Amino acid sequence: MRKVCTKILSIAGNVVTVKAEGVSYEDLARIEASRGTSLAQVIRLDGDTVYLQVFAGARGVSTGDEVRFLGRPMTVGFSENMLGRIFNGSGEPRDKGPAVSDNRIEIAGPAANPAKRVIPSRMVRTNIPMIDVFNTLVESQKLPIFSVSGEPYDEVLARIALQAEVDIIILGGIGIKFDQYMYFKNTLEEGGALSRSIFFIHTAADPIVEGLMVPDLSLAVAEKFALDGKKVLVLLTDMTNFADALKEIAITMEQVPSNRGYPGDLYSQLASRYEKAVDFEGAGSITVLAVTTMPGDDVTHPVPDNTGYITEGQFYLRNGRIEPFGSLSRLKQQVNKDTRSDHRAIMDGMIQLYAQYRETEEKRSMGFRMSDWDKKLLKYGDSFESQMMDLKVNVPLEEALDNGWKILADCFKPEETNFRSELIKEYWPKT
Amino acid sequence: MSSHRGEIVAINGNMITVKFNGDIIQNEVGYVLSRGRRLKSEVIKINGDRAFMQVFEYTKGISVGDEVEFSGEMLSVQLGPGLLTQIYDGLQNSLPRMAEDHGFFLPVGVELDALTGDDKWEFTPIADKGDTVTAGDYLGWVPEGIFEHKIMVPFYLREEYTVQEIKEKGTYGINETVARIKSASGEQVDVTMNFNWPVKIPISAYREKVQPEEPLITKIRIIDTLFPVAKGGTYCIPGPFGAGKTVLQQLTSRYAEVDIVIIAACGERAGEVVETLKEFPELVDPRTGKSLMERTIIICNTSSMPVAARESSVYTATTLAEYYRQMGLDVLMLADSTSRWAQAMREISGRLEEIPGEEAYPAYLESRIASFYERAGLVELADGGRGSLTIGGTVSPAGGNFEEPVTQGTLKVVGAFHGLSRERSDARKYPSIDPLESWSKYKSIIEEEKIARAKETLRKGQDVSQMMKVVGEEGTSIEDFIVYLKGEFIDAVYLQQDGFDKVDAATKAERQKYVFAKVVEVLDKDFSFREKSDARDFFYALRHKFIDWNYKEWESEGFKEQEQGIDSLLKGENNEESVHQNSEHSG
Repeated sequence: MRKVCTKILSIAGNVVTVKAEGVSYEDLARIEASRGTSLAQVIRLDGDTVYLQVFAGARGVSTGDEVRFLGRPMTVGFSENMLGRIFNGSGEPRDKGPAVSDNRIEIAGPAANPAKRVIPSRMVRTNIPMIDVFNTLVESQKLPIFSVSGEPYDEVLARIALQAEVDIIILGGIGIKFDQYMYFKNTLEEGGALSRSIFFIHTAADPIVEGLMVPDLSLAVAEKFALDGKKVLVLLTDMTNFADALKEIAITMEQVPSNRGYPGDLYSQLASRYEKAVDFEGAGSITVLAVTTMPGDDVTHPVPDNTGYITEGQFYLRNGRIEPFGSLSRLKQQVNKDTRSDHRAIMDGMIQLYAQYRETEEKRSMGFRMSDWDKKLLKYGDSFESQMMDLKVNVPLEEALDNGWKILADCFKPEETNFRSELIKEYWPKT
Repeated sequence: MSSHRGEIVAINGNMITVKFNGDIIQNEVGYVLSRGRRLKSEVIKINGDRAFMQVFEYTKGISVGDEVEFSGEMLSVQLGPGLLTQIYDGLQNSLPRMAEDHGFFLPVGVELDALTGDDKWEFTPIADKGDTVTAGDYLGWVPEGIFEHKIMVPFYLREEYTVQEIKEKGTYGINETVARIKSASGEQVDVTMNFNWPVKIPISAYREKVQPEEPLITKIRIIDTLFPVAKGGTYCIPGPFGAGKTVLQQLTSRYAEVDIVIIAACGERAGEVVETLKEFPELVDPRTGKSLMERTIIICNTSSMPVAARESSVYTATTLAEYYRQMGLDVLMLADSTSRWAQAMREISGRLEEIPGEEAYPAYLESRIASFYERAGLVELADGGRGSLTIGGTVSPAGGNFEEPVTQGTLKVVGAFHGLSRERSDARKYPSIDPLESWSKYKSIIEEEKIARAKETLRKGQDVSQMMKVVGEEGTSIEDFIVYLKGEFIDAVYLQQDGFDKVDAATKAERQKYVFAKVVEVLDKDFSFREKSDARDFFYALRHKFIDWNYKEWESEGFKEQEQGIDSLLKGENNEESVHQNSEHSG
């Protein structure tokens, strides 16, 4: 099965072609270049021509370099000893520790059978009111944070990671800056969570193709832990870099692009990663939180757009706050019926009023006279922003709900709101 | 029957090129034999001695030189009693049985019989010895849950046949012969309770297609009243992500007044399918008192499952739906989402290196969409009975922009358009069907004048609201302001519906007629208020009462009491005292 070729026929972008026989689709090969060795993966077979995508990049590869086929697809080591360790985008140690070779598992394995999944039913408490009250995060959910570069998305990820009650945290960094990586490392260390974390880090300085493996590596390891009954939280940042790497390969392979240069299978590619989020019947779970930066704050950009159709909602991070509009947790209905009887009503009612505030705010900025109702809305909007939306607010769900009623009572008469009479009777603060 | 073999010469993603000998059929199924596995594939293009095939499994691990075995058959589904309550993947493999045999993950290269031969069915003959029958005629029936499942002359038989023998009432397995029929040309056929039919060919064993007229009650007010769907009609729900397409489909699948619902979860989230398949067996169908699952088939090919099978899942679902329609039942097929199906076509088209059309979709996209929706319809069957197949598809337009090929291709062929809007879902107005953009060509359960009245109010209310953004509230006359409040009122109390409340989630036709009449009464009433704030207070109080009314059980004591409250508020509208009192009361 092992084959060695010593003649590279073509090099274009990060894709090289060689002549070989008996090679299987998605097999791995090792390229021995003068500059160092790199792994490569079969991405197309045409007769005896084999197309390989080179993880370390094709720069410096000579047509005379040796290509050795390994006769197996990509694998990653898996053991309990991985906790607290840091690996690169090829799954090799980045922290000078020993390589994990005892138990190799295949990555990008088959999809979970929907019949073996259970309906997610456990809330993940984050103590961020905009999440807990309005868009509750649920164990086994897949959820991206949409934002422009520069927003505090890493901080939100780290805070959720520390606050959430999970057994294992896996961080997959794709094309991240070195200081982002250090930030996660230091924050998790200070929070005492590093010993239950595993990092797969591909930084912006590493070859772009290597980043393509990071989600698969992270999720394959997460899946093993979940099957062992562990609750795993996978953090992926930044999935836009992942999509850009896909685009680069697709264009090199001369595929017809569908939208702004991205390949037509972008949806399927992203989905096969995000769909690894799962709650197994009788075993553990995987929750996936990812960062998707939106070029030009444009949510219709193909990456956030396709992502939104795959994930179970999204958090919009704008101006340092989680926006109530557009942010959505599709699974919140699974859990918010059991928290408190006013949870759903507060969730919808406060947002409807906040929407009216936004309209009034628009009118005010155009210089219109404010009616009494408008003034009430303005007061409400201010309180809502400072007591609910501000990311500094760190209170449990129940307290946040109580605060909600206080804000409402402070600004409105009960009948000016949309709440059902029974709820008003029970929760409206008595003066 | 060919049963030829071939050899793989190229692999590109989920498409393989196969060099073959002899004759093969377009859309023929073949199996890749690789490492002891059999991977199901379908021929999608033939050129010389090369067949281009899409593989319904992950192609990881297959090699150039691997053998391909052709089956001689097109991609087909098995039809017979026992389909209801099943949960299949896009190729009609049972997912629960797959889980029993293979655990947490979907195995590669495993195929299961759609119907296990183990079950016995209580057969009652309908046809008599000597009867003349053609394809689709009823030979007998078996009870399947709450339905009379008809045993039909297989649809692929093209001649006229005479019944030579028919089994007596008794219990038989699906593979046992229940009738023997013979054609004039002497062809003799043993009919069992099941047969296969290729998914991409519509079943046409009926007398004629007729115009769909009878409304299909979904119990969603904005649909049934303003943008109705007819039994045998088609509709589409385009909307950006997060606007509530799937929730709307789920509600429809639960409450719609049809006999059978077939859900095709095509390339969407696994989690949503799990909700349906875990909850449906627990939910009671109000029409029958039995579990909802008894009238449901789920075809599930989620986004992480192989792409090619996604394309076929829509056809599989349609074929099963057509089969039950042939029994004279009303069938609703819900496809979520047709965009994923279109994208699967795009992926394959790209790999075939076809010249791309708009947004890289293939040029034949529109005709494929059209022929898919054309499989819906109300048909008159050979025995004079009627069966209908209604198709509702969601569309997931890129960027939420309806000016894209899949939405546009769909709008040309459907009978109703329920466009979801981002603004409405952002403001938590559910269902977020845009009342100004959407349309329907079908007849509503409510008189046209009343609907025109409501639509006019909504449009004028919207105009005033736009104007107020420019001139402000103080620049708006009180008459216009009342129009605006009336528009807001009908939206809040009638068009919006709480899908998570057990009463409000489903409104029967009778109740819709009753409540809508009351709403129109408010719209028709001339109000006069001194100040805009009085008008606002009044309408908010009225809205409050109406919303509470929506939560009361139909014709219950609470319902009647609440109605009296509304009536007295309406009567006393000019009396400020009473407005005040009432609003205080409700608080």
